[in-house]
Amino acid sequence: MGRYFAIRMGRAALTIVLVVTFAFVVLRLSGDPALMILGPEAPPEVLAAFRKAWGLDEPIWFQYLDYFGAIAKGELGRSMRDGRPAIELVLERIPATLALTLPAFFFKVALGIPAGIYAALHRGSGIDRAVMMTAVAGFTVPSFVLALLLVLVFAVQLGWLPSGGQDSWRHAILPIATLSLGGAAVLARFTRSAMLEVLGQPYIRTASAKGVPWRKVVTSHALPNAAIPTVTILGFMVGTLIAGAVVVESVFAWPGVGRLLVVAVANRDLAVVQCILLLVAMTMVTSNLIVDFLYGFLDPRLRAKGAHA
Amino acid sequence: MTDATLKDTTTRRVSLPAIPVSVALAIGWIVAMLVIAAFAEKIAPYGYTQLDLRNRLSAPGNVAHWLGTDELGRDVLSRLLVSIRISLLIAFGATAISAIVGTTLGFLAAHFRGVVEQLVLMLTDFQASMPFLIMALAVLAFFGNSLPLLIGLMGLFGWERYARIARGLAISANAQGYAAAVRQLGATPARIYLRHILPNIASTLIVSTTLVFPEVILMESGLSFLGLGVQPPMTSLGNMVGYGREYLTRAPWIMLAPATTIVVTTLAVSVIGDWLRDRLDPTLQ
Repeated sequence: MGRYFAIRMGRAALTIVLVVTFAFVVLRLSGDPALMILGPEAPPEVLAAFRKAWGLDEPIWFQYLDYFGAIAKGELGRSMRDGRPAIELVLERIPATLALTLPAFFFKVALGIPAGIYAALHRGSGIDRAVMMTAVAGFTVPSFVLALLLVLVFAVQLGWLPSGGQDSWRHAILPIATLSLGGAAVLARFTRSAMLEVLGQPYIRTASAKGVPWRKVVTSHALPNAAIPTVTILGFMVGTLIAGAVVVESVFAWPGVGRLLVVAVANRDLAVVQCILLLVAMTMVTSNLIVDFLYGFLDPRLRAKGAHA
Repeated sequence: MTDATLKDTTTRRVSLPAIPVSVALAIGWIVAMLVIAAFAEKIAPYGYTQLDLRNRLSAPGNVAHWLGTDELGRDVLSRLLVSIRISLLIAFGATAISAIVGTTLGFLAAHFRGVVEQLVLMLTDFQASMPFLIMALAVLAFFGNSLPLLIGLMGLFGWERYARIARGLAISANAQGYAAAVRQLGATPARIYLRHILPNIASTLIVSTTLVFPEVILMESGLSFLGLGVQPPMTSLGNMVGYGREYLTRAPWIMLAPATTIVVTTLAVSVIGDWLRDRLDPTLQ
């Protein structure tokens, strides 16, 4: 068990190293920082002084290690637009994003998982077909189209809800609905297929053959086993809480992390982009780690496998 | 090989007459899209940047502009046709790149094992655990934007799935008689993998392609919608929806035509993919 966790922790750390490396490589490949900041007309001696001051004349591997050091200390640079530390800009946007993604996460789970389980237990029924059709629609209709359709119906035609901004709780309804519908469809489809796979297993047949009531077969044999793949996708959804609303925030002019990211990319505000990238990586890695730990508890086989891996 | 050929002919005999209506419709739609992509500028009634300032925001259904016009009087139908071409070009280019990159890495992992395999597996884990949109946005922020870069970037999408599948299948193929036989005959590794193993695992890889392809379309249209993908004056489906958003109240048709095209196209590819998977994927039978 301890070994399993140790391996997972090692992998998580490795992923962070990879993300930081990715950021470093992309940052260095995209051009000479001295030229980018001082402009092409800067005199050579100023450029040289700048390079010296920021360690850009050091060997590349030295800069790479330096970069790690800076990130470990939380020095993620300043926004080119207003000179404030990038990390501050990003952190102050997080509550707005969570105000959308947390309720949406709740609705996704509350709608998607029961729908998927029900559809699997009543395979071929009208409700199963309806769930599957909605699930396919949820996959093929991109979130920006869904968002615009909701705006068209509920804001433009019916005039019930505002189409954008962040002035009251009513402004959050359409963005949350957009996020929830798409996510619930994905989750329903996933839960259904996980459940169907489990229901086809011999141990389910054994359980019902030895006379266990169907309700109990489902609750104590099928559901715990179907939970394992479902937890994976839930973990991914938790990991995207911070930056999973990029498109939706843009459509609804919601001042969250996603909107900040889009604006920063358009302005090539590198410090902010890099900061969000690292933050997302941290959240993803943490939630994957939690999922791995949950696996350890949900599935004793994985613990055994982990010990050999 | 005889076994495989025999199996092929039997499945073909059974499966050919039984194409469901939905799959036939989906194939028809995709063929139509391909024809449109190939001849977009010839079919289009107007140039896609041609202005008609006297007919700005005119509603669909009139003879001059079947699907109406946008805020500059540009013909929505003509723009739609050209957008389909650009979006499909990106989607096909990107899908081809990711299939080639992923399969190659999967084969390398299966061939060399050891450190190479661990490295490839680490990269697939990394790719699978990071939201692609965020990484794509980061690259675009650092490098600016151009069509080749966009295609290359989208080509990084989904490669990890091919890599995993190709690795797994190649490892099991290597353990089978036919691979050992050609190896004994002195074939080079490249020949074994490309001429013998690849054809045998192609069906599973093709099924993955149908899963990745619609996601590439959605990803590209999402980026273009945000104004960070295909740049004007060039146009793509997502790009059109993005611009149409500003005229949502007065001229919803600008946005509805490309949005419908995106949805129907992704749906069609998914329908074909599901059907192919049931037909071809031996792991499901």
